[in-house]
Amino acid sequence: MTGRDTASFTVLQRLLHWLMAIAILAMLFVGVGMVATIRPQYIPLVATHKTLGILILLLALIRIGVRLSSGTPPLPADLPPPMRLGAQLSHYALYALMIAMPLIGWAMLSAAGYPIVLLGGIRLPAILPPSTGLHALLWTAHQYLAFAFFALILLHLAAALFHALIRRDGVFQSMTSGSPPKERAPAE
Amino acid sequence: MSQPSSGAKLASFAVIAVVVAVLAGAFAYTAGWFSPESLTSARLVQAFAPAGGPALGHRRNHAKGICFTGEFDANGNGAALSRAQVFVTGKYPVVGRFNFSTTDPNAPDATSRARGMGLQITTPDGDVWRSAMINPPFFPVATPDAFYALLQASASKDPDAMKNFAAAHPEIQAFGAWAASAPWTGSYAEEPYNGLNAFIFTDPTGAEHAVRWSLRPQATPQPISPDDLAKLGPDHLEQEIADRVAKGPQSWTLVLTVANPGDPTADPSKAWPADRKSVEAGTLVVQQVEAERDGPCRDINYDPTVLPDGIKVSDDPFPAARSAAYAKSFDLRTSPAEEAAYPHSAAATGAQP
Repeated sequence: MTGRDTASFTVLQRLLHWLMAIAILAMLFVGVGMVATIRPQYIPLVATHKTLGILILLLALIRIGVRLSSGTPPLPADLPPPMRLGAQLSHYALYALMIAMPLIGWAMLSAAGYPIVLLGGIRLPAILPPSTGLHALLWTAHQYLAFAFFALILLHLAAALFHALIRRDGVFQSMTSGSPPKERAPAE
Repeated sequence: MSQPSSGAKLASFAVIAVVVAVLAGAFAYTAGWFSPESLTSARLVQAFAPAGGPALGHRRNHAKGICFTGEFDANGNGAALSRAQVFVTGKYPVVGRFNFSTTDPNAPDATSRARGMGLQITTPDGDVWRSAMINPPFFPVATPDAFYALLQASASKDPDAMKNFAAAHPEIQAFGAWAASAPWTGSYAEEPYNGLNAFIFTDPTGAEHAVRWSLRPQATPQPISPDDLAKLGPDHLEQEIADRVAKGPQSWTLVLTVANPGDPTADPSKAWPADRKSVEAGTLVVQQVEAERDGPCRDINYDPTVLPDGIKVSDDPFPAARSAAYAKSFDLRTSPAEEAAYPHSAAATGAQP
């Protein structure tokens, strides 16, 4: 990962981050919601889930490209090494899930022999031949990784708020306002 | 960088904990973890299971069946109702399954009143149309919740359970009358297969039509008593259709029935009046029959919401409920543990390692 001298992510990076934050959270809620219902909304929820998944896959690919070219602002020099390692590993895991989850879902539907139709009637090709064995494996992976993804997002959110409220080290602002927090008077 | 006081720090930790807890709670709520009484696909599928548990590796209902392949010969008449390619004059490959309503894949034929057909038609544009139809002319109950209640009443040890159910769901009487009076046949080829659910067809101009469909047999039904059917053996239907198709293809006419304004589309227990406009859209020709174990229908989920462009669901609540339940049944029966209980034959696994 290339470091940068500036204190914050680029406008494009911040835009991608917040767009994907909304999309991925919506995705996870739609996912657990759709498998819990047999009501008429089941059908639009499933269609939305597939469509959002492909959108997230595309955005994730763009985002990784942007990250490789733009780099990231450096973490605060005084960040303890375990937190630094945690930050790096959790971000690798988040990127991996953004790419893997849509692909697993797509492959899972392919292996089950379902036609893959997105909102707007967009049809995607199968990326695996029909195979009940693969379907079972991928379906299980999709389910467990979804919960892992949500847990990781909660951890990410908690860590972001920890930087914002407790460490007040500018890490949170690097993804929001784009400028480091102003020095505050001691009285504040 | 200013550091917060220890009191402010504590408050900040509390804020973080609350934010995380609220989000996790909303997630759990959405997943239905706080509402174990709500009807899910898992509960619906579970309700089918007999006392001894489901037959592993098999469909959770309509568990006994046999595969077929053939073609759908569209005559072009359906194209006025739907822009789907399946209605454009031409021949399209089909993979289907004859079956009857039971949770036991070895149930004797004469033990079940409702026979069915799963059907998949594929068109060159890549669209797939799946349907699962049965021979009654209407569904026993009006809503998925009533259907779940029916399953529970059927399984109940309370001697008044069915009586109480019928009192709460009077629509079941029509089904009871059909089951008591409609003739049985000794052949899958002599049965009609009715879609029962209403779907919305979109024609080439964009206009929409509420439609139900049926496959009407071209073979003449030969009535038989259930007792005489039982005497023909427990697996007569599968043997008969295999022999019959081996001698010559069997055909059904696909009839599309169009609702008048005001006809009920949300309630498959209510048949539409017989005078409604109907269109014969083509012929289903069954050309080959294969055992399910290694057959092409085994791993198809005949989910009635797999529809081509030009057909979509209506306000009928059943297709969504069926889609959710069929997916659950498919996920269960195709899991490695269950597939081991219903393995492919040695010849088939040898040919496809």
